[in-house]
Formats: sequence, structure tokens, C-alpha cells
Amino acid sequence: MTGDLNGNLNMIGYGLAAIGPGVGIGLIFAAYINGVARQPEAQSRLQSIAILGFALAEALAIIGIALAFVL
Amino acid sequence: MSFVGTTSVRAEGFTPPGPGDFNLPPIGPDNTFEFLGQSMYAGVTKPMLQLVLAAVLMFVVFRAASAKRAMVPNRLQFAGEAMYGFVRNSMARDIIGSRDFMRFVPYLFALFFFILLNNLFATIPFIQFPTFSRAGMVYGLAALSWVIYNVAGINKHGFVGYLKLQTVPAGIKGPMLLLLVPLEFMSNIVVRPVTLALRLFANMLAGHLLLILFALGGEYLLFEAAGAVRPVGLLAWLLFIAIAFLELLVQFLQAYVFVLLNAMYISGALADEH
Repeated sequence: MTGDLNGNLNMIGYGLAAIGPGVGIGLIFAAYINGVARQPEAQSRLQSIAILGFALAEALAIIGIALAFVL
Repeated sequence: MSFVGTTSVRAEGFTPPGPGDFNLPPIGPDNTFEFLGQSMYAGVTKPMLQLVLAAVLMFVVFRAASAKRAMVPNRLQFAGEAMYGFVRNSMARDIIGSRDFMRFVPYLFALFFFILLNNLFATIPFIQFPTFSRAGMVYGLAALSWVIYNVAGINKHGFVGYLKLQTVPAGIKGPMLLLLVPLEFMSNIVVRPVTLALRLFANMLAGHLLLILFALGGEYLLFEAAGAVRPVGLLAWLLFIAIAFLELLVQFLQAYVFVLLNAMYISGALADEH
């Protein structure tokens, strides 16, 4: 450890940007598990909604990582 | 444009891997040409060959699986039917609906196994490079998907009707429309193909970058680091193995999500007027 930090601030920005989608994906799947636990026969319908929500939330994190690498 | 990690050299001599490691040189002679002020390579690279290899492998396997079409399937035919049934029933039929899903099954089926195979190339020994960690490879797929779901919608509703379906949310009246119509247009027409492409690309790139980091970092710790730190390299390699298995899951999941979203966009484009 020489005491000097080197690296890129972009990565800290990406780490911050990943917090929101992370919480969001957690909430989406929590709701999905709840729904399936209450009504197992609704699983096929809930699954596609859950995946869609997951994809929409994940898009934000992906925009973050893309911008972290190219800006 | 600054590419992270390509130029930063640590004092100890460990160069961390970066996105630059995915710029594989073309196979064979270096033919460069000037394009828009940048020097470009003209040549065949490894990911290009992998695309062709994936297509050939798919063709051979499914051709062999569907050659006999026996009433009592042999092992290969049974596997082929199971794979086909997975895409046809659990994705296409359940999401697009049983009325007009058959038209899209060939595309979704080919797409799923093409992406899955290309992702698995990241794990298969001696290839070990995910094709879709090169963004250009993904843009083609996303553009094709975008054209397919939009054309399907325009065929059904007409151009104006389709635009109305995609941009005007149900049950909204008055000045809210001014705000919502551009937003919906952006999210349904413009952003969809971009996120579709970037999701697959970023997942493949980030996962493989992580693997490179653990492999190289573990190697550096084992062979170059100071004496007391060396055993940590073994821990890094154990984690490398664990992450490689996690990557297998991610590879399957990304192919699944890509095709599932395609099916959803198609079903949204074919939805009845509300």
C-alpha cells in the first residue's frame, strides 16, 4: 500500500447507480414470491410480469455500466 | 472517450484487466483502413467465427434431431422436442397467446438457442470468449427483434393505429397526454431495442471481466506478491470457480430474458385496441 489511490471515479458512480435497481429488483421478486405463495396457480401469469419488471429495473443499472465505461 | 483500466498501471506492477482486453486482434494479416478518422481493422475476428460456429452447430444438432421424426423418439429427437417445447409452450404460447403465436415460434426458438450457445462459448474450454461481449454482435440481434415486433404490429393495426396503441395509454384524457405520449413513445419505440441490446452485452462483458480479474489477480497473488499474502491467491481461484458457475446461470438467464422480452414486445404489438 503506497497510500495513493488510483482508479476511476466512473466506477464509484456506477456503484451508486446500481443501488436503486438492486433495491427495485429485490422488491419486484419479493412481491412475486408473495403472489405465488398466496396463489400458486397464478404463477405463469405472474412470472412474465415479474420478468418484465426485472428487465425494466435492470435497464437502469445497465445504462449505468455502459456510461461508466464510455464516458 | 477514455477506456477504463487500459492504461492504469499500478505501482506494484499488476495491471488490472479492462474492456480493452475484449478487443481481440483479427486473425491473419493486419489490414487497416481509415474510416471517419479512425484506423479500422479489416479482417475476421474470433467472435465473428463464433457466430458462424454457433449457427452451424445449431443447424447440425437440430437437423439431426428432426431427421427421423419417429413416432417413438430416440434420445436425440426427444431432447430436441423437449427444447422446442420449452420455447414454444412456456414462452411463445403463454405470452403471445394461442391465437397467433405460431408465426413467431421459429424466430424465438432460433433466437433462444443461438444466444444460449453463444453465451455458453464463454465457458466451453478453448473457446472461452462470450460472443456477445462485443456490442456490435448484439446490435444486430436487437435491430432484428425491433423490426420484427414493429412490423407485426403495423401489419395488424396499420401504421397510425399501431403508433396510437404504443403511445397512448388507456384511460388517460386531456393535458396529461402531452406529457405521457412522448414518454411512452420513447420507452416503447426508442429505448426498448437499446436496453435489449445493452442488457445482454453488459451482462456478458461484466461477467467475463470478473472472471478475468479473479484469474489474473489470483495468479498475481500466487506468484508475484509478497510471501505472506500468497495463499490469498488460492482463495481468489476458489472464488473464480464459484463465479464461473454463477456465470453459467447468468448465461442461461440472459438468453431466457432476451427471448421472453421479445415475446412480450410482440404480444404488446399485437394486443387489441383498448
